[in-house]
Amino acid sequence: MRIAVCVKQIPDPATPYDLDPDTHRVVRPNDQVLDDTDRFGVEVGLQLAEGDDGSVTLFSMSPSGSLQGIRQALAMGADKAVIIDDEALAGSDALTTSRILAAAIEREGFDLVVAGTESTDGSSGVVPQQIAELLDVPSLTFARKVEVTDGGIRVEQQTAGGYDVAEAALPALLAVTSGVVEPRYPTFKGIMQAKKKPIDTLTAEDLGFTADQVGDAGAGQTITSVTAVPAREAGEIVEDDGEAYLKIVALLEQAKVI
Amino acid sequence: MTTWVFSEEIDGHASASALELLTKARTFGDTSVFHIGAGSDAAYAELGAHGATKVHHLTIGDRLPGAPAAAALAALAEEHGAELIMFGMGNTDRDVAGRLSARIGRPVLGNAVDVTVDGSVRVTSEILGGTQAVVTEATGSAPALVLVRSKAFPAEPSGEGVPEVTAVSMPDLGHAGSAVITESHVEESEGPDLEVAGVVIAGGRGVGSAEKWVVIEELASQLDAAVGATRAVIDAGWVPSRLQIGQTGKTVKPDVYICAGVSGAMQHLVGMKDSGTIIAINKDAEAPIFAAADLGIVGDLHAVVPKLTEALRNR
Ligand SMILES: Cc1cc2nc3c(=O)[nH]c(=O)nc-3n(C[C@H](O)[C@H](O)[C@H](O)COP(=O)(O)OP(=O)(O)OC[C@H]3O[C@@H](n4cnc5c(N)ncnc54)[C@H](O)[C@@H]3O)c2cc1C
Ligand SMILES: Cc1cc2nc3c(=O)[nH]c(=O)nc-3n(C[C@H](O)[C@H](O)[C@H](O)COP(=O)(O)OP(=O)(O)OC[C@H]3O[C@@H](n4cnc5c(N)ncnc54)[C@H](O)[C@@H]3O)c2cc1C
Repeated sequence: MRIAVCVKQIPDPATPYDLDPDTHRVVRPNDQVLDDTDRFGVEVGLQLAEGDDGSVTLFSMSPSGSLQGIRQALAMGADKAVIIDDEALAGSDALTTSRILAAAIEREGFDLVVAGTESTDGSSGVVPQQIAELLDVPSLTFARKVEVTDGGIRVEQQTAGGYDVAEAALPALLAVTSGVVEPRYPTFKGIMQAKKKPIDTLTAEDLGFTADQVGDAGAGQTITSVTAVPAREAGEIVEDDGEAYLKIVALLEQAKVI
Repeated sequence: MTTWVFSEEIDGHASASALELLTKARTFGDTSVFHIGAGSDAAYAELGAHGATKVHHLTIGDRLPGAPAAAALAALAEEHGAELIMFGMGNTDRDVAGRLSARIGRPVLGNAVDVTVDGSVRVTSEILGGTQAVVTEATGSAPALVLVRSKAFPAEPSGEGVPEVTAVSMPDLGHAGSAVITESHVEESEGPDLEVAGVVIAGGRGVGSAEKWVVIEELASQLDAAVGATRAVIDAGWVPSRLQIGQTGKTVKPDVYICAGVSGAMQHLVGMKDSGTIIAINKDAEAPIFAAADLGIVGDLHAVVPKLTEALRNR
C-alpha cells in the first residue's frame, strides 16, 4: 500500500506567536516543529504500511528553511518526504493548500492519504475533506480506530452521541483524531537514518500552478481587522487552607444555584 | 442575500446548529435549508418555526454523507444562486463544507462567532484563546461558505411556518461517493445536557484517572449539573467525546462553570470563557485557567472537591 501522510510544520506552540499587524499573517519563526496532531497520522501510516509491506511518504507545504518537523516524522520511520515551498505560497488559505497537496500526492501516486483532523495553529479543519474531493476519493474522517479490510479500510468515527463504524474501498483518505494510536518516539537509529532519507522540494510551478492561483492572490478571503477582545475582570485567587471550599459555597449561593 | 443553511437530522430532530443558524439567517432575507437524513415532519416543523421557507431534502441511507451531500448541495447552490451557505461545526457539517469548498472552488470561513452581510460576507472569529477578534471577508465569486461555532446565535422560533419540502435525488459519484456507515453506536448519557445546563462541572487531566473521575460526577449530581471534560480527558478515554468542551468540542455558557484539574489551554478557554461565574481549582498557581476565573482555588482537587460535595450534600 502506498501511503501519503500530510504533515504540517508549525511554530513551537510552547512559544506564543504574534500576528504581523500589516499582513495579519502569523509571524513564523525559523524553527518549526511537527504539529503534534500529525504524529498520530504518521503513526497510523507506519502501522498500516508495516502490515502489508507498504511505503510511507510525507507531504508538507511549508517553508523549507527549517525541516526539523519533517525530520522528526522521518525519524519515526517514514520513507521519504515531499516538501512544497515557494515564496508565492505565502498567505495561502486552506483551499489553496489542499490544491497544492492534492496535486503533489497525485503526482507521486497513492492508495491511502492520511491527515490529522485539524492543525494546532490554523485549525481550519477542512484540509483533509478538500484533498479527498480534489482527488475524487471517499473520506473517512474523525477516525478514532482504524483497521484494514480486504481492499479497503474500516474506522470508528466519533459522532456527537457516540461513534459510527464506516468503511471505504481504496483509494481513500483517512483523517485521524489524537488518541487513535500511541505515536512512537524516534529511536537514536531512526534519527540517524532520517538524515539520509530523501526529501524532494517542489515549487507551485512544478505542480502546474501559476503565481496568481496561489498565496494571497489565490485566496478567496482576506482579513480586514484584528482587534483585542476586552479581558474579563481579574478574579480572586486563594490558596487552599483546608477551608477554601467554603468560598465556593458562598459564591454558589450568590449565583443563586443553591 | 440568498442564504442556505445546512441541517442534519438526528433522532427525528433538525440539528441544533441549523436552528441557531436559521435564527440569524432569516434576518438576511429568504432562507432555504439543505437537510439530510430521515426527513421527518417534526424536523421540518422545527426548521419552519425557525424561519426556513424551503427545505431541500436528501435521503442519505447508509451512505457516508460528506461526498454525496456536497455534490447535491453544489448543484442546488448553482441552480438557486446561493450567496451564503452556513454550516455548524459538527463533524458532518465539516465533511460536507470541506468537500463542497473544493468542489466549487470557494474557501471556507471557519470558527465564526458572528456573521454580517452588507454587500459582502464577513465573519468574526476569535483566536489566541478568545483574546483577539479577527474579521475575515469573503472575496471573489459567490457563494461564501461559513462554519459557525455552536451558541454563536441562540435559537429562537419566529412562528409556525411550514416549509415547502422538495426531495433531492442522490448524486451518482462512483467510487468517491461509495463509503458507507455499517453500524451506529450511541453511548448512554445521564444528567442534564451540557449545552443547556445552568451549572457545568468540568474535569481535566489533573483528575488523574478514569477511576478517580467519580469526584467530578459526585459534585455534578449535588448541583444537578452537567459534566464536561477537556480534550486531554477525551483522548485518554476516561469519558466519551460528546463531553468535550472547547474549540473542537462544545461551547458552553452556563450560569456557573466549575473546573478542576484543567490547565486552561486556549482551545479549552474558547469553549467556556463566556460562562457567568467561573470557578477553577488547580494545584498550580501559574495555571492559565486562573486568568479566566472569578474565583480560583490553588490546591489539590482531591482535597477541595470532596469537601465541597460533602458540604452541599449536608445542606
Ligand atoms: C510560505 C508559507 C507560509 C505559510 N504561512 C502560514 C501561516 O502563517 N499560518 C498557517 O496556519 N499556515 C501557514 N502555511 C501553511 C498553510 O497555509 C496552511 O497549512 C493551510 O492554510 C491549512 O490550514 P490549517 O492548518 O488550518 O489546516 P487544517 O484543515 O486544520 O489541517 C488539518 C490537517 O491537514 C493537513 N495539513 C494542513 N496544512 C498542511 C500543510 N501545510 N502541509 C501538510 N499537511 C497539512 C495536516 O494533516 C493537518 O493535521 C504556510 C505555508 C507556506 C508554504
Ligand atoms: C487543534 C486543537 C484543538 C483542541 N481542542 C480542544 C478542545 O476543544 N477542548 C480542550 O479542552 N482542549 C482542546 N485541545 C487541547 C488543549 O490544547 C489542551 O491540551 C487541553 O485542553 C489540556 O487539557 P487539561 O487541562 O485537562 O490537561 P493539562 O493541560 O495536562 O492540565 C492538567 C492540569 O491539572 C492540574 N492538576 C494536576 N493534578 C492536580 C490536582 N491533584 N489538583 C488540582 N489540579 C491538578 C495541573 O496543574 C494542570 O494545570 C485542542 C488542541 C489542539 C491542538
